[in-house]
Parts: sequence; structure tokens; C-alpha cells
Amino acid sequence: MDQAENIIEVRNLKIDFHTYAGEVKAIRDVSFDLRKGETLAIVGESGSGKSVTTRSLMGLLAPNAEIKGGSIMFHGEDIIKKSEKDMQHIRGKDIAMIFQDPMTSLDPTMRIGMQIAEPLMKHKGLKKKEAIAQALEMLKLVGITDPEGRINDYPYQFSGGMRQRIVIAIALVCYPEVLIADEPTTALDVTIQAQILDLMKDLQNRINTSIIFITHDLGVVAGMADRVAVMYAGKIVEYGTVDEIFFNPQHPYTWGLLNSMPTLDTASGSLSAIPGTPPDLLDPPVGDAFAARSDYAMKIDTEQEPPFFKVSDTHYAATWLLHPDAPKVTPPAEIVRRQKKFAAMQKPASPVKPAAAKE
Amino acid sequence: MPDERKKILEVRHLKQYFNVGKRDEVRAVDDVTFDIYEGETFGLVGESGSGKTTAGRSIIHLYEPTSGTIIFDGQDVSKLHGKAQMHAFRRKIQMIFQDPYASLNPRMKVKDIVAEGIDIHGLAKDDADRTKQVEDLLETVGLNKDHSSRYPHEFSGGQRQRIGIARALAVEPKFIIADEPISALDVSIQAQVVNLMKELQIKQNLTYLFIAHDLSMVKYISDRIGVMHYGKILEIGPADEVYNHPLHDYTKSLISAVPVPDPEFERNRIQVPYDSSNELADKKRRMVEIAPGHFVRCSEDEVAMYTQRAVDAGLTT
Ligand SMILES: Nc1ncnc2c1ncn2[C@@H]1O[C@H](COP(=O)(O)OP(=O)(O)OP(=O)(O)O)[C@@H](O)[C@H]1O
Ligand SMILES: Nc1ncnc2c1ncn2[C@@H]1O[C@H](COP(=O)(O)OP(=O)(O)OP(=O)(O)O)[C@@H](O)[C@H]1O
Ligand SMILES: [Mg+2]
Ligand SMILES: [Mg+2]
Repeated sequence: MDQAENIIEVRNLKIDFHTYAGEVKAIRDVSFDLRKGETLAIVGESGSGKSVTTRSLMGLLAPNAEIKGGSIMFHGEDIIKKSEKDMQHIRGKDIAMIFQDPMTSLDPTMRIGMQIAEPLMKHKGLKKKEAIAQALEMLKLVGITDPEGRINDYPYQFSGGMRQRIVIAIALVCYPEVLIADEPTTALDVTIQAQILDLMKDLQNRINTSIIFITHDLGVVAGMADRVAVMYAGKIVEYGTVDEIFFNPQHPYTWGLLNSMPTLDTASGSLSAIPGTPPDLLDPPVGDAFAARSDYAMKIDTEQEPPFFKVSDTHYAATWLLHPDAPKVTPPAEIVRRQKKFAAMQKPASPVKPAAAKE
Repeated sequence: MPDERKKILEVRHLKQYFNVGKRDEVRAVDDVTFDIYEGETFGLVGESGSGKTTAGRSIIHLYEPTSGTIIFDGQDVSKLHGKAQMHAFRRKIQMIFQDPYASLNPRMKVKDIVAEGIDIHGLAKDDADRTKQVEDLLETVGLNKDHSSRYPHEFSGGQRQRIGIARALAVEPKFIIADEPISALDVSIQAQVVNLMKELQIKQNLTYLFIAHDLSMVKYISDRIGVMHYGKILEIGPADEVYNHPLHDYTKSLISAVPVPDPEFERNRIQVPYDSSNELADKKRRMVEIAPGHFVRCSEDEVAMYTQRAVDAGLTT
């Protein structure tokens, strides 16, 4: 794979939240790159810091947040050092975000057509009439039926899924360079989801937008991502190409994640949930934060934080299991199955087998 | 077999229209008929705007139905009167909401949110008992007790949804309408919550109406599935059958769009398009039992075609 230019470079980002209970150490030394035209998926436990990380790229952290260190370089400038006024020029124009929760990103008192038209008027200097005309096009693109009839409706008049399509229309209307999509399709049914994902891919191909895609749906990740970063307790624990993460995962948390999906033929009986609860970020554990919930934890996991070990040029994982002195372990059966598939895929001589039927 | 089991919910020709008679009339639920048996999980799937949430809200009597009847536990829901009857009904049936942001009062502490039902229905002996119940519930849903003095805004989306589940469980209901209860959760917690819901179902003989669009999870948790489209249920049947041998074209299309956590599969995905013109053609249709326990909404002249599909799939002879 030839290395595309980096649009965003995040280095050693640390973010705390001040709360009555103490300092929540939400982001604990996160570094990653976003390349031009790629889709980077961020997956991970609820509360692991996916939304906070990406909100920081927009300069949109809660008032009780404090950036304790690190940098976010965008076009050679550090976003962290920018004023709110500068960020207002970037936000919605160069970097747009689709938020996890559609209701708070829509203005309940404003007609949806105006809400879609607004960024065009603000950033591109379009007149109201032109902006509304483009808003109508956008409504069609995101699949709202009878867009002419609904352009003057208010958000409450739409179902959860339709509201999210409106949010997507607002985010895409300026053709941003970077699109951050935080659970953009969680509220949608699979048919509309497939449409929206195609729409995002299409836009990406046309204007080479870079996308950061946050989702819990590993099926969506498999279909959308070029690369995947896995977060746990405020850190990235593994990253690699989509094939490397799905077929050759190395961190026990990534194993647990892939193993807890019901496959289409999972019979009754219980799913392989990851036991326990995520660590309290008021007082994050020493070492590998996942150790307390991992069947594969070693003594060193509770003493020392694992560095990133290189698996390939594009694949790194922060687990002591990759240390040359670590004992060999056998991952869960589902992971072994995936790794076998990976090994087969590595042999370029044998033709790629058609995907197995879904039943 | 289902027929010998007790029906806890009977929905008959339910219609729930909004803005009736106005230009913007919405037929959110339009002639829906189905039963739910005690102790089972009935999954309701279908595209956005198909009326799933509205159906749930009608059942819990947040709306007065436009027409049709809803019988819950032998009682006609629209004939409940008086505070006491309503109170008892509200304790038996609980709803877990789709939007974990809008459904939690931002000014209440987590412990008071979870204890809402405990307080309304007087289920705690004293303060210590209330605290204990709340802490147990938080633990049940995978949170810990030091979360109880915090406010909703301090939690991530997934954590908030777990608070909503704890609140619903607090009054020990018989029937839970779970509206997209896990779509905001990451998969490992989804598995925990689904396992938890299954466990609670057996222990407390709970019945679920599980609304979701994640079909692989719906298939996994549900005994039976109903597929909704444009306010109507098009197909109802055992979960495995509906998933592996869908009879209606809409269901086929829906299932072909399910994302699979395998990049290789995704690169080769073939999606089946759906043409709704036939469904929308103005024909008289009703739910017909095409194979045992497997219903399709169809007109008299479509029965033979669906029966043939069921025979080909080995569902009936
Ligand atoms: N305003 C805030 N005050 C205090 N803590 C916060 C605040 N916002 C977020 N946090 C904490 O920061 C951590 C990261 O939260 P974040 O919303 O980024 O999680 P997430 O990975 O997006 O989770 P989810 O998948 O549930 O959306 C969590 O532990 C959360 O409780
Ligand atoms: N209070 C209301 N007033 C007018 N129309 C409404 C109201 N509530 C819902 N609707 C409309 O009824 C239809 C069904 O909405 P509903 O929320 O039941 O869909 P849903 O299947 O739950 O969709 P989603 O998967 O997006 O949550 C939609 O067209 C919606 O716009
Ligand atoms: Mg989030
Ligand atoms: Mg809904």
C-alpha cells in the first residue's frame, strides 16, 4: 500500500474531565494519523474515549474538559492552539461531524431545510434561495421521500432514523475535507444504513474526503474501513488494516470484541460477552487496562504498560503477548478460525475464494 | 407449541394515525395484528419510519389508538380507567427507550433515575433498602455503585442506556418493550446486556417486545420475528425461519443488507433490491398462515405463490 499524505496527525493526546468525584482521565496518550481519502474506523468499548477523541478534533470538548498534553496537526497547524473563532471557520466546512445523537445536533425550533442551508450561507456565502435549492438536493441524496413536501418540517416530525439522515445532509452539504461520523447509522435500519454508507463512500470517491468512522457495528466496519483503530480505556490498543484487525487480531480485547458478535449461525445459549466492567477512569489501572477482564493476563500486565509491538508495517498492538519472551497462547476458537483465513489470504498464488454464503 | 401458551398481548387491527384528516396525515401503524406469548421474545424489525416505535408506544398506551384493540394480560388497554388500574398497568409493562440521551432527566442523579419506579410504586422498605436495590440494579447492568451519585451527562451513550435498563427493571415488570435497547452499546456490552435480558427473562418469566434493526442480534434473542414496513407487518414467523427462509420479498431484501463482520464477505456483498409497488397496489390483504406459525400479509391470489415458496424452502408440504 502506498502511503497517502496525512491530513490529521494526533500525537500523545491526553484529556481529563474535572468532575465532583475527581479527574476522569478519559484520553490517555492517544496517537494516530488520518490519511487523505481513507476511512479510519475507531471501535471500542463504550466509554473508551472514541467520541471525546474525535470531538477534540473539532474543538468541541465539554466545558469541564482539559487537554493535558499532545497535539492535533491539521494542515500543519495545531488545532489545540486555535481560538474558538478560528475553529468556527474550520468546523462544518473543512471538518464536519455527524454526531452520535441526532436530537442534540438538530435545532428543534428551525425548519430542517434552513438547517441544511445554513452552513452553505455561512461558509460558502450562498444566498438563501441557492442554499435552499442545494439543501433540497441533499435531502434527496440522503433518501428522504417527498423532499419538497418535507423541507419545511421541524425535526420532531421525523422518526429517529430520518432525523439522522437530516444530520448527515447537514454534515455533507459543504463537501468537507474530513468527515467525522460518530455512530452515524446506529439509529437506522439496515436498508437505509446501506444507502447512507454507499452515499458516504461515493462522496469519498468524488472529493477524496477522509472519514473517521465510529461504530459499534463490526459488520459496518468490515464494509467501510480501510484501517481500524481499537480503543480501550482511553488508549488505542491495536491498529491495522481492516483485514489485519478482522483476520489477524493480536490484543485480547480485540479478540473479545470479535468473539462477542452473534454470527448468523450462533444458536441459542449465551454469547461470549467480555466479563466485568470497564475500568474506572478516575483511577485508571497500572499496566494493561484490560488485564482485569482478560483470560490471557500475565503478571507483567498489572505492573507495566505494554508498548506497541510491530506485527507488520501497518499493524501494531499494545499487548505483552507479543513480547518475544511471552508464552504462546491459543486465542478463542472464533479468532483461530479468522487467523486461518488470514493465513490463506496471504498466499497470493491461490485465488481468493468467493465469500461463504451467509446462511 | 406457541398455541398452548398463554397470550400476554393481543394486538388486533391496530391503527395509529397522526394528524388525522389533515394534509400531513401519517399512517404510522396501519392495520397491525399480532400476538405475543408469555415468556417469549418477539422481535420487531423494519426500516426507519415503519412504525415500530409508534406500535410500542400504542401498546403502552401513550397514545389513544385510531382504531383496533390491544389486550394486555386479558384486559383491554383502552378500557383501563381510574388511577389504580393505570398504576397497576404501568408497573406490569415497562419501556426501554431508543434514545438514551432524551430519556434520562439531566437534573437527576443516577440513583434517583433508577429508583424512580421504586419510589412511585413504594417498593423499598426504607432508605437503606432503596440504596441496596439501586446498587444491585446498577451492578446487574454492568455499572458500579460509585456511579450512583453522578448525573447522566457524565456518562457515555452506552453507559446511559444501561441506566435506562436498570430503571425499567426496578419495578419488576412482566413485559418489557425494549426499543432499540442495545444499538447505542458496543458489541461486548451488547452481548452482556442480551445475555442479561435472557437470564432475567428466565428468572422472572419476562416477556419482551424487542424492537431493533440489528437483525443478527434480533435473530439471536427472539423466538419469533415480525417484519414491519410502511406501518404494516408483512411477515411473522419463528426467528430462524424468517431469517434463513424469508418468504416476503421485503424481508429478503432486508436480510441481504445485514452487514457481516468479515471484510472479505463485505467486498463481495450482493444486495437484493426491493420493489414496493406490488405492496402498495391497493389490494385487500390479511395475515395468512403460509407454513405452521409462519404468516405473510397477502391477498387471496398471492397465497399460492407464498405457499410454493414455503414448500421450496421445506417449511411446509
Ligand atoms: N463531560 C464529561 N464529564 C465527565 N466525564 C466525561 C464527560 N464526557 C465524557 N466523559 C467520560 O469520558 C470517557 C470517554 O467518553 P466517550 O463519550 O468518548 O466514550 P465513547 O467511547 O464515545 O463511548 P460510547 O461508545 O458509549 O459512545 C467516559 O468514561 C465518559 O464517562
Ligand atoms: N407524534 C408524531 N406526529 C406525527 N408523525 C409522527 C409522530 N410520531 C411518529 N410519526 C411518524 O410516524 C412514522 C413512524 O414513526 P416511528 O417512530 O414509529 O418509526 P420507527 O419504525 O420507530 O423508526 P426508527 O427506526 O427510525 O425509530 C414516521 O413517518 C414518523 O415521522
Ligand atoms: Mg461515543
Ligand atoms: Mg423507532
